[in-house]
Amino acid sequence: MSDFFLVSKNLTRKKLRLFLTLFAIFIAFLIFGVLSSFKIAFDAGIDLAADDRLVTVNKINFTQVMPISYVNKIRSTEGVQGATYADWFGGYYQDPQKQLIVFGVDVESYMPIYPELILPDEQLRAFIANRQGAIVGKRMADAQGWTLGQRVPISSNIYSKAEDGSHTWDMDIEGIFTANDPAIDTNYMMFHHKYLDESRSFGNDTVGWIVLTTGDPATNDRVAKAIDEQFANSPFETQTDTEKAFNKAFIAQIGNIALIITSVVGAAFVTILFIVGNTMVLAIRERTKEIAVLKTIGFSARRIFGHVLGESFLLAFIGGTLGLAMAAFLIWLVGQTPVGGFLPGLTIKAGTIVQAVLMMSLLGFVTGIIPATNAMRLNIITALSRR
Amino acid sequence: MSDALIRLEGVKKSFQKGQETIQIFDGLDMEIAAGDFVAMMGPSGSGKTTLLNMLGGVDQPTGGAIYFDGERIDSLSEGKLAKWRANNVGFIFQFYNLMEMLTAARNVELPLLLTRLSGSERKKSVTAALELVGLADRAKHVPTELSGGQQQRIAIARAIVSDPKLLLCDEPTGDLDRTTATEILEILQLLNRDFGKTIVMVTHDPEAAKYAKRTLHLDKGQFDERELAA
Repeated sequence: MSDFFLVSKNLTRKKLRLFLTLFAIFIAFLIFGVLSSFKIAFDAGIDLAADDRLVTVNKINFTQVMPISYVNKIRSTEGVQGATYADWFGGYYQDPQKQLIVFGVDVESYMPIYPELILPDEQLRAFIANRQGAIVGKRMADAQGWTLGQRVPISSNIYSKAEDGSHTWDMDIEGIFTANDPAIDTNYMMFHHKYLDESRSFGNDTVGWIVLTTGDPATNDRVAKAIDEQFANSPFETQTDTEKAFNKAFIAQIGNIALIITSVVGAAFVTILFIVGNTMVLAIRERTKEIAVLKTIGFSARRIFGHVLGESFLLAFIGGTLGLAMAAFLIWLVGQTPVGGFLPGLTIKAGTIVQAVLMMSLLGFVTGIIPATNAMRLNIITALSRR
Repeated sequence: MSDALIRLEGVKKSFQKGQETIQIFDGLDMEIAAGDFVAMMGPSGSGKTTLLNMLGGVDQPTGGAIYFDGERIDSLSEGKLAKWRANNVGFIFQFYNLMEMLTAARNVELPLLLTRLSGSERKKSVTAALELVGLADRAKHVPTELSGGQQQRIAIARAIVSDPKLLLCDEPTGDLDRTTATEILEILQLLNRDFGKTIVMVTHDPEAAKYAKRTLHLDKGQFDERELAA
């Protein structure tokens, strides 16, 4: 027998109470683990964005298009090093429920703007040469089981073809690209904007967004201002922002993730703080006489304090670890679904685990400190004379 | 200097009850020799349990001094006093005070957690203590599976497992029938006679007191002078 054995025996003496308390902690850490992982996955795009890359979109919102002529006007704006453009295709492969991230892009200008993407030269050449060519990110190619040279019919839930009303574009996979940082998502594919633009039944000669580089983050504001002023009072006013801000705004469409997480996790933790704190106080009060006997036998006040605090820590760590483990499992499950495809970084990160461990420690301390102090200060005579 | 295990010199003890100060002891002197078995009797409120608590270092006098084996204990800090209790005193309570979630063996092992004994040494001591009280076959039972007498015997095993010099018993048979009480008292007598344990027992039962070597009657904070001198 050891002190730890005593602590664990005390913890497990009331099974139903233990289960309910653990369940409360379990739920709180489950919520924390899942929401934090989603936040980190959402933020990954923001963190990986280049500092000197700007994005120009329609001022109304980024789902509205802009004339393709804007691209050259932007390229000639002072301070712009290079610019490219893209359009959201709204693609899927065979099953409309399984959405794919597919862009129509300007092939020649796109890759230089995104130097972090790695595509072998011969594959780039083959892509440029084939009007129906497409390049696929490694993650998507692996997930779909696609190989080089394969022809794949990709359908759109936005566009149809002018010639026959069909929603499907045949594409030849000419390249499979990777990225120089494993955190960069490669779960998407790109094909020729020209192929899309020439054949779609509406939206011709328009682009979804224009990406440009300034070469110097210090000039970002000036360049952005110059671009937007250029198109002010036109039917297609623009809004130019850094890629980071653009990604952030994109995520903000879903809601203020940080606020949601803080609110939900905060509410959950305040609740369990009261539940666990109250449980601990009650549990120790019930054991007043036993604590007095331990002190009589010779257990020091400090040791008793350690027992009680150890009990609350053990409770927090068991519940917290189970909750976090379940969160990891759920996150893994989500990763297997199409939603996971949109969030490549959706895993329980080491930072989340460290944060959770700190929260478990804090929970254990806050809920245990009062009953532990009471137990430490317990007067033997008074406690033993209780009936 | 006498060979007393316990020596009280002018011990005073008072309680504050509202505005009123209740004086329990006002200059009590007494000695208990090593190997003695003393029964303390007296009416309720005479100070028996208070005295027992002071002898065991769980309560402090408000004046005077208490010596144990020549060492003054009433001025020790709480931490040192806890250590002293662990090394020198075994407590036996009226209501056993066993831990319900622990088996008999684990209950007996509790005081040994405060020693440096290894697991196997502790196990050996626990078995010996349980054998002494005749309950080795109940080692794996929890208190609720034992009768009152058996629980009290487990409590005795817990009190003696770390081989203390002094056993303090507060009404050890107060919750037991006559037959069971006799068994418990015989064990205490055995511990005193064969193992040299010094025992101080508070009791209301004159039959129980007969098992002691001498009986001291306490009334209004004073012992009968003739009994003390005996």
